[in-house]
Amino acid sequence: MSKPRVAIFDFACCEGCQLQIVNLEEEILDLIGAVDVVEWREAMSEQSEEYDIAIIEGSITRPEDEERIKDIRSKAKVLIAIGACATTGGLNKLKNNFDDLEEVKKCVYSDASTMPHLETAMTKAVDEVVTVDYKVHGCPIEKAEFGSIIRSLLLGKAPEIPDYPVCVECKKNENVCRWEYGEICLGPIIRAGCGAKCPTASYRCFGCRGYVDDPNVNAAVDVMDKYGLTVDQLKSKMVLFGSKQGPTL
Amino acid sequence: MSENINIKVKHLTRVEGHGNIVVNIKDGTVEKCQWQVPEAPRFFEAMVRGRDYDDIQTIVSRICGICSISHSLVATKAVEDALSIKVSEQTDDLRLLMHFSEQLQSHVLHVGYLVAPDLFSAPSVVPLVAAAPDAVLAIIKAHRVANEWSEILAGRITHPITIIPGGFSQIPTEAQLRQLQDNLKNLVDTLLAIVDVVLSVAGNLPAFERDTEYVSLAQKNNYAFYHGDIQSTDGKTMPVKNWEKVANEYVVEQSTAKWTKWNRQSYATGALARFNNNAEQISPLGKAVAEKFGLVKGCCNPYMNSVAQLAEAAHVTEKAIELIDKLLTKGLKTEKVKINPKPGRGHAAVEAPRGILFHSYEFDKDLKCTWGNMCIPTNQNHANMQLDFEKLVPEFMHLGEDGLRQTMEMLIRSYDPCISCSTHFLNVEFVR
Repeated sequence: MSKPRVAIFDFACCEGCQLQIVNLEEEILDLIGAVDVVEWREAMSEQSEEYDIAIIEGSITRPEDEERIKDIRSKAKVLIAIGACATTGGLNKLKNNFDDLEEVKKCVYSDASTMPHLETAMTKAVDEVVTVDYKVHGCPIEKAEFGSIIRSLLLGKAPEIPDYPVCVECKKNENVCRWEYGEICLGPIIRAGCGAKCPTASYRCFGCRGYVDDPNVNAAVDVMDKYGLTVDQLKSKMVLFGSKQGPTL
Repeated sequence: MSENINIKVKHLTRVEGHGNIVVNIKDGTVEKCQWQVPEAPRFFEAMVRGRDYDDIQTIVSRICGICSISHSLVATKAVEDALSIKVSEQTDDLRLLMHFSEQLQSHVLHVGYLVAPDLFSAPSVVPLVAAAPDAVLAIIKAHRVANEWSEILAGRITHPITIIPGGFSQIPTEAQLRQLQDNLKNLVDTLLAIVDVVLSVAGNLPAFERDTEYVSLAQKNNYAFYHGDIQSTDGKTMPVKNWEKVANEYVVEQSTAKWTKWNRQSYATGALARFNNNAEQISPLGKAVAEKFGLVKGCCNPYMNSVAQLAEAAHVTEKAIELIDKLLTKGLKTEKVKINPKPGRGHAAVEAPRGILFHSYEFDKDLKCTWGNMCIPTNQNHANMQLDFEKLVPEFMHLGEDGLRQTMEMLIRSYDPCISCSTHFLNVEFVR
């Protein structure tokens, strides 16, 4: 069997998830041996119209980008969305909280905001435009999880993507709960798989991996009561990576 | 030579973000020559509005995956300036140590993965794995050590966790710092091996010069990365709080990123700008690397930016080894962050790997952000790249279409642009 052809494409994002692929360091040499990377604009000059697996980073924010992702989908057998911008819309959806995008543009470009090349639309996750086969969550993605998902695909297995909250991994790391420090931590409702990196570095979870499939929002509200905090305070933290998606309170 | 050349590079490869090069030459006359930026804007200045002061660094770190530490640090400094928060000497030293790690990571990535293939006439680093395995493994090792260094201080490699207004959520242990220092001492030979590999093909760097204004941070006794005033090689200086008078941002039709100018039609920022303003302060190892390539203060060849980055990679490694000595000698203390924030407006600058980076914010009495303004190094280089193109195209058109295109692509890459960063910010207050 010939090696699967892989192409990596980026849309509106910081390109930090592509960087995690580079950050595989020595391991990337194994990966390059197992697949045939035919296009990766940030790292290579080679380009190709033919590929089996398309890896997509970034959010869809313009009509022209919707056309581009549809074209990529039509050519790819498997499409993988990597990183919060692609899997949920992530931080880019903060923009969607504004009712009027003209105001958003003025905030940045002032009087020049009506120039046609500055056109923008509401942020969409990739699966709001085309079918996504697999999602690698996080901002940025965990390079180990990326490696394991790619390995699973090469072996013809369905990748295992956790559907339990960050608290599970945080407890395993024996951390003191961030709530005990009076912080609003989103661990109870956010998808694990990161190894609870933030609480382990003494910082609250801010939800970059998106919600678990069926978040226990009522329990989250109970926790707010227990610690004497308000639902509005919880919402002000959920907005960072969870604007216009997931549970409503 | 009377010749027709048409170059249209859509989405230039081996750079961060999306940029196009367009050149039309008819009968030897340049009719069009443009550096275009069609990157999708992300509107961060709107996204910070209404957010808590302690969420700002988490948001704006996402401006750039490659220089997320610089964005987190400059945002946190600006928030601290706005809210009248002071930090300890230990916090300042640990932040500088973290900042150095990103310079090394980014410089190795740029010179090793993005620029070196041009010098070896390869389309990417992939063919070099077979052609020059030792060189590639040295580059990977340096990149890995830099990332492990970031992780110890920032909690993870990209998008730091531990930087909070007033200090750190968590600091490394002394044992981790000792191990890091050993790793850095062992890295010096690897870095010098990379330097020698690049030196062996440095003859392929185009001989192009254009008298340019270079802008960077500068300090009396330091090669400035983290503190200092804004300085121009034209002799002007400016306090950081007045950075908007340096950038003077404006919108042009060929770009979704704003352009800037200070004392001339354009200026350049980045490693070469830092070197041209601070060369006397570079460490002995950094100086030795610069000398190998004949890089001297006043250099106006933009392709030498990659060489200045190699000199800086040596400098930050050497300086970090010293800084760890200082931290260990004094002993690390767990400092509880106690702050009493007051509303206000604040400004800060740091040197990102690709040049000077400015952030400003304002907070109301509830400590919610009411205004933000950021100016990214690549914004400040766009106009200079265009002016370089205008001088370069007539000088290099004798190379023909392929040769000219390659020379122009290499020029853009030499600036180490972070195009997706540069399109997200532009000043101007929110109009309600």
